[in-house]
Amino acid sequence: MAAKKIAITVKVWRQTDQKVKGSLETYSLSDISTDMSFLEMLDVLNDQLTMEGKEPVAFDHDCREGICGTCGAVVDGVAHGPERETTLCQLHMRHFDNGQTICIEPFRAKAFPIIRDLIVDRSAFDRIIAAGGFVSVNAGSAQDGNNTLVAQHRAEQAMDAAACIGCGACVAACPNAAAMLFVSAKISQLALLPQGHAERKMRAQAMVTIMDNEGFGNCGNERECENVCPKGISIRNIARLNREYLRATLAANE
Amino acid sequence: MSWFIQTCTSSLGKKYIMAITGLMLGGFLLVHAAGNSSIFWGRSAFLSYAEHLHSLGPLIPVAEIILLSIFLLHVITGITLFLQNLQARADRYAVSKPAGGRTWGSRTMPYTGAAILLFILMHLFNVHFIEHNLPIADTVNAVLSRPFYTHLYAAGMTVLALHISHGFWSLFQTMGINHPRYNTLIRIGGYLFTGLIIAIFLFIIFLLLFSPGYLM
Ligand code: HEM
Ligand code: SF4
Ligand code: FES
Repeated sequence: MAAKKIAITVKVWRQTDQKVKGSLETYSLSDISTDMSFLEMLDVLNDQLTMEGKEPVAFDHDCREGICGTCGAVVDGVAHGPERETTLCQLHMRHFDNGQTICIEPFRAKAFPIIRDLIVDRSAFDRIIAAGGFVSVNAGSAQDGNNTLVAQHRAEQAMDAAACIGCGACVAACPNAAAMLFVSAKISQLALLPQGHAERKMRAQAMVTIMDNEGFGNCGNERECENVCPKGISIRNIARLNREYLRATLAANE
Repeated sequence: MSWFIQTCTSSLGKKYIMAITGLMLGGFLLVHAAGNSSIFWGRSAFLSYAEHLHSLGPLIPVAEIILLSIFLLHVITGITLFLQNLQARADRYAVSKPAGGRTWGSRTMPYTGAAILLFILMHLFNVHFIEHNLPIADTVNAVLSRPFYTHLYAAGMTVLALHISHGFWSLFQTMGINHPRYNTLIRIGGYLFTGLIIAIFLFIIFLLLFSPGYLM
């Protein structure tokens, strides 16, 4: 499909720092190629703003190929925009119409304070991971790989959970700003494999405790998260987290 | 003991409380609907059901206290969750669009819950906190033969249906049961459970409206 040029209007959330209240500002853009990604469209906007002597829009990005989890914004009310299983950087302007007005807001959650414009502080995720999202390996000489058997379907599910890039869209989309999909993916990728079993109980308790302390909301099983997740993480993982935590609290230490 | 309190006050713990108390309230609804369906066999069947129930004597206040505790636990935990969730998203989106997960039932849980609370209070003032000088059949008949109450009771059943349409599935998810093998069963079970209970209550409500002498 040959590229077309479209003219659009964007309403972008502008906010100078955490304390000042922000607002939506309206900008017009012409000559946007439909082959551009959404972030390239924002680059064009920023060029335009810079030429006009205005402050460019601050937004997070890194790989621009859908694997790092750095980008993200709420586009017309949907985290990462209208395409399913697609990060904002992989969303293309061909999904928008000529003359369309597009509203762009940051991910909103008390646990994700806005740093500037579309950039939010997602370090709460890092603190959850630091609390227990790892396996401790006391390295020695490697044993034979075939000593630890993993059923294929478990390996597949662990890999599916491990696809989470920690972007935070699930929190942004959750009506309660809960972090359950993210935490459940990080719990599941380890709970499904033998290597994760030793620290299973500690992990579930520590990660949930930090998740609660960071000010995320409570899961209401609304299923919005799995519908915006760019990696298609399923709420089956949330059910697994519910089991892991239940078992961690009920089972006594030996 | 501290582990128990820690679990109950965690986000997941509060959800376990909602799920378990919700399941118990659902169980109560089922028994209540089954008992009331004695109305379909006429006045004497209904009165004899009521009499059998009352012959349980001291067990009744015990059962009432247990039910009240379960109910209060569900309501207080529900309100706590609702307030915490409001706080967790202090700033609202200017534009927000459902991504395809929410249902009418799921998005209205706190509101249908509050409406059920009001409904139950009304219901108790209709049939429980009254002078018990009339046979129960006459009390019920006096309330439900009036269209004013038909509307309120039918509305109560509608919000209850909405609440359990999400609640039934949700409680399984909360307790960690979500597997392609069982999901269809849970969904169909939810429809059957909601449909059965609501159908029985609605049938009674309209029976007593359209056939005023039925319980005489
Ligand atoms: C007979 C009446 C009731 C039944 C059978 C019932 C059943 C349930 C069930 C099964 C759930 C799902 C639990 C889960 O998500 O795991 C639920 C959730 C909920 N209930 Fe009720 N409930 C009843 C009355 C009430 C009342 C009176 C309130 C009043 C405040 C209420 C408020 C809530 C709320 C707010 C939730 C959602 C909790 C959340 O997911 O954040 N419910 N209920
Ligand atoms: S679960 Fe999905 S939406 Fe949530 S952080 Fe991971 S990749 Fe992003
Ligand atoms: S910039 Fe890396 S996922 Fe979008």
